[in-house]
Amino acid sequence: MSFSSFGEFLAMGHHGLYVWSAYGVCLGVLLLNLGLPILARLRYLQDEARRMRREESK
Amino acid sequence: MNWTWFHKLGSPKWFYEISGRWLPWLACAAALLLVVGTVWALAFAPQDYQQGNSFRIIYIHVPAALLAQSCYIMLAVAGAVGLIWKMKLADVAVQQAAPIGAWMTFIALFTGAVWGKPTWGAWWVWDARLTSMLILLFLYFGIIALGQAISNRDSAAKACAVLAIVGVVNIPIIKYSVEWWNTLHQPATFKLTEKPAMPAEMWVPLLIMVIGFYCFFACVLLMRMRLEVLRREARSSWAKAEVRARVEGVR
Repeated sequence: MSFSSFGEFLAMGHHGLYVWSAYGVCLGVLLLNLGLPILARLRYLQDEARRMRREESK
Repeated sequence: MNWTWFHKLGSPKWFYEISGRWLPWLACAAALLLVVGTVWALAFAPQDYQQGNSFRIIYIHVPAALLAQSCYIMLAVAGAVGLIWKMKLADVAVQQAAPIGAWMTFIALFTGAVWGKPTWGAWWVWDARLTSMLILLFLYFGIIALGQAISNRDSAAKACAVLAIVGVVNIPIIKYSVEWWNTLHQPATFKLTEKPAMPAEMWVPLLIMVIGFYCFFACVLLMRMRLEVLRREARSSWAKAEVRARVEGVR
């Protein structure tokens, strides 16, 4: 462990704002890249389900 | 060497099945490596004697930048495969990998700017490395825009493949920019031929993060490609059966 307290860990020796904003944006972009394909797949399957129901009821 | 796997890649159905089997493993590996790497990087790696704690940005900056360049090389290879063997799956790979590569370039540029402020005193300088990475971002934008602007799928695939192959000339420029024009950006952290200049407790987490980023990329790329294959093959019987089986789960 290279920090002696949680406050020091957050402060990152005067560089807290830089380190945390870089990690925050990176995490956001990774989550976006992960979430979008999952949502797209779900939406595609829902559309297909709706289309199948329509065709069955005809 | 046995080449049957290569020819099987021409079959979307085979790709869909095999990628479905790999995906859970890749996802687990990516999650594990990224969590371990991030905790190690942020809390346990020693601070740099000159840059203090701002150097911890290296643990996302270098993996993202490496991945952004590898992804572009992959685009060029997939483009060439698509042009030479007329493999449809190659175009799926090009179209689905380009946005991920663009995001990785964005992470590299953004974290670089945030790291540059406390280290160099400037968010941005027209340094050769930074400028060539910006060109990489525009190349990604070009491929994405070209792929969406042409409505004929085969023409779009050809145009994107050609742009990907021509643009790959930028990759050695990025790689050697720190040696040819020695301005601000520091030289490469990892070299295949030499031992890293940092102590092990600094470069081991970096290596973990790099592998983690690659696993994450593979995972997201397969997810995107599987959906696109399912869409393009919507008329084939296996895709219909697969969608029907999945739809039962959604209902």
